[in-house]
Amino acid sequence: MTLLSVRNLSAFYGDFQALFGVSLDAAEGETVAVIGANGAGKTTFLRALAGALPAPRDAVAFAGQPVGGWPAHARVDLGIVLVPEGRKIFPSLSVRENLEIGAYRRRAGPWTLERVYGLFPVLSERRDQPGTNLSGGEQQMLAIGRGLMANPRLLLVDEISLGLAPVVVKHLYEVLAGLHREGTTLLVVEQDISQVLTVAQRVYCFRKGSVALEGVPRHLTREQISAAYFGA
Amino acid sequence: MAWLDTVLQGVLLGGLYALFATGLSVIFGVMRLVNLAHGDFSILAAFLAVVFVQRLALNPLVGLVLVVPIMAALGWWLQRLVLNRLLGRGIVPAVLVTFGLSIVIQNGLLETFSADSRRLNPGGIETASVALGGGLAVGVFPLLTFAVAVLLLVGLHLVIGRTAIGRAFRAASDDGATAALMGIDRDRLYALAMALSLAIVAIAGIFLGIRTTFAFSSGPDRLLFAFEAVIIGGLGSLWGTLVGGVMLGVAQTLGARLSPGWGVLTGHLVFLAILVVRPAGLFAKSRRVD
Amino acid sequence: MATVHVARTTAASRAGVGVALLVVAALSAVPWVGDAGLMRAIIEFIALLVLAQMWNLLAGYAGLVSIGQQAYVGLGGYALIVLADDAGVNPFLAVPLAGLVAAALALPTAALVFRFRDAYFAVGTWAVAEVYRLLVANTDALGRGTGRTLKAVFPLARETRELVTYAIALAVGVAALVAVYLYLRSRRGLGLMAIRDSEPASASLGVDVLRTKLAVYMVAAFGTGTTGALLYLNLLRISPDAAFSINWTAYTIFIVVIGGLGTLEGPIVGTLVFFLLRQLLADYGAWYMILLGALAVVAMMRYPQGLWGLVAERWDLQFFPVQRRVQRRG
Repeated sequence: MTLLSVRNLSAFYGDFQALFGVSLDAAEGETVAVIGANGAGKTTFLRALAGALPAPRDAVAFAGQPVGGWPAHARVDLGIVLVPEGRKIFPSLSVRENLEIGAYRRRAGPWTLERVYGLFPVLSERRDQPGTNLSGGEQQMLAIGRGLMANPRLLLVDEISLGLAPVVVKHLYEVLAGLHREGTTLLVVEQDISQVLTVAQRVYCFRKGSVALEGVPRHLTREQISAAYFGA
Repeated sequence: MAWLDTVLQGVLLGGLYALFATGLSVIFGVMRLVNLAHGDFSILAAFLAVVFVQRLALNPLVGLVLVVPIMAALGWWLQRLVLNRLLGRGIVPAVLVTFGLSIVIQNGLLETFSADSRRLNPGGIETASVALGGGLAVGVFPLLTFAVAVLLLVGLHLVIGRTAIGRAFRAASDDGATAALMGIDRDRLYALAMALSLAIVAIAGIFLGIRTTFAFSSGPDRLLFAFEAVIIGGLGSLWGTLVGGVMLGVAQTLGARLSPGWGVLTGHLVFLAILVVRPAGLFAKSRRVD
Repeated sequence: MATVHVARTTAASRAGVGVALLVVAALSAVPWVGDAGLMRAIIEFIALLVLAQMWNLLAGYAGLVSIGQQAYVGLGGYALIVLADDAGVNPFLAVPLAGLVAAALALPTAALVFRFRDAYFAVGTWAVAEVYRLLVANTDALGRGTGRTLKAVFPLARETRELVTYAIALAVGVAALVAVYLYLRSRRGLGLMAIRDSEPASASLGVDVLRTKLAVYMVAAFGTGTTGALLYLNLLRISPDAAFSINWTAYTIFIVVIGGLGTLEGPIVGTLVFFLLRQLLADYGAWYMILLGALAVVAMMRYPQGLWGLVAERWDLQFFPVQRRVQRRG
């Protein structure tokens, strides 16, 4: 069943157009990758889906419902949750409180504080420290954990590999793979494609604000992806 | 000994100033807004109390129970209908709109209640005093005011530190956009903060009206004192506003002791001196002043 | 190949200069055809207009929202009295000198208030104005709370005094408007508008943000102080509560917000509206101020560009343009 349906989505920062009529689908339980170079519009796309950026009402449908005009806080109620680029951990909140604020809307679901601690033990160790005291990798775990606390139906993950060591990134992608096995729908944005293509069932490649390529990773060649990524 | 008495009075006066300052601090902390009509709202509350006292023959302290919810509701709607529209437009619109509100409230009070000074009479408590030994005595009411200020700060501290709504306030203060992504409805959160601010300032206004005379134009001075207390204590620190209020109160009472016209002025000068030495205040969360 | 031409004037702006000259000529003729009452009203009009232009320069262009400019009105007024009565300076010469005194005091004031930003800067300027007021009110030599009267003009015949005061008012008005206009069209003015739009960006381009802001603040203090001196040359009687009253700021804010923040024409329109409303509502006491405040609130919320902004947008009009248009030729 199609959970997310994006039709002809355009987005603007003031007068500057960042997205040009993007269309995309994600089925329930699928992991979809969105790749592209810097400035291709990937983060803009996720922000528009999450409600951080205005979008036309009919451009985004979630579980059949048009949510384009909905404010960000209302979309969390539906289960659309964003793990933002740059993590955006709250400095005034401890690790534990950062997780707790993820559960602000109190959506029903399997994720609890204990379960997140089980997934990321280091967060339990540091639970009372200010959220921003953690290392980059730990903050990324915290950001993901915070997103999970909202019991998402659709988890939007924005560039989690940025600035992290490969071994840390590998661990994070194992976590994502685990989420996929449990049935969570994931939309993963990445610049570094080596990891993300191993977990995704489908991939969209953005270039300059439009979809340049769409397909199943194992059916696409290196050359095709490269051409779409950089432009032929 | 007379000096100790003066300092003590200043400390207790600081409790009243802390009440005013806390209301200002809450909204600045959560949404970076300074309400220039802050003092005028406290005077509005005091006049509302005058009306209830006259019409319903109530003790003003009982009238608090009626006035505070009214002012809270006023704050809620003010934020939702007017001030929320100004968010994201920079500081100029908010400053000018709240300044305009200040003018409207003052002149509205003038039209409605004339220029006469008023005072709220709670039936004797304001003149009672308690002996502390060694020839020192303090007024019961100033003591009560200080106690209320401390209780309020403790309450706020607990709410902000331990509850979900408190976390929401802190998150919104850190990063409003990301707070929205957590599901926090900022429209309503800010309205709640403003409601809280006006409720606190209503209490402050009524306590002020019991302690001293007031008139339609008494608002701006309250804003200034609140502002000075917040700055002395340091932005971002709740308990700092108590310290700031106390320092201001003591400066004013000591100054008034030296020469009657110098009370308020001494407070201003101490404020400016601290500003020169420690621009971020004594207990600021950070060294920035923005 | 198309060449690019940077245009500084438009047809409307050339017409604007013509209209301005006509207005100045008409105003100059008033002493011969009008009465003393009209002259006093025009002096007040000019004073408010200059105050508004100064505040507009600070807030609309430099991004410094001050609600303490009344400090310089009072300082200018008192400086006039002290210079003219106590120091024996010619009272008419003392008007611009009082402006210099105000500008001099603006320097230490800025050292204090520039530590703040945004809303806290605003309240800080107010606190400082209150300090000045209280200091004056506690000083015997300045007449304490009751104030003083300007005695240095007593030897003059009334008509002469009124005529010279009027002439000074005209001179101050024209000088202020021309100076502001020329400044904003200059390179420094461009730097100022860059600061307003983005401090970090402008700083990275080499604009000295602090010095520019300080310069503007002192110039505004000079203009405001000179106007304060002019006002009290006209009124003759000064007291701390009147001279340092927040109402000066309330009026200028109203004028600038209603007329249009950040334009040169806006304050002119705003002052006209202000005077019109005052005439209409003269008998209604405090309702006048209530309406003023309410209008300013509505204007700021719905029409931030002000009356003039609405007109300018609708008809793409600028009488005193400070922008540069890039045009293609060929």
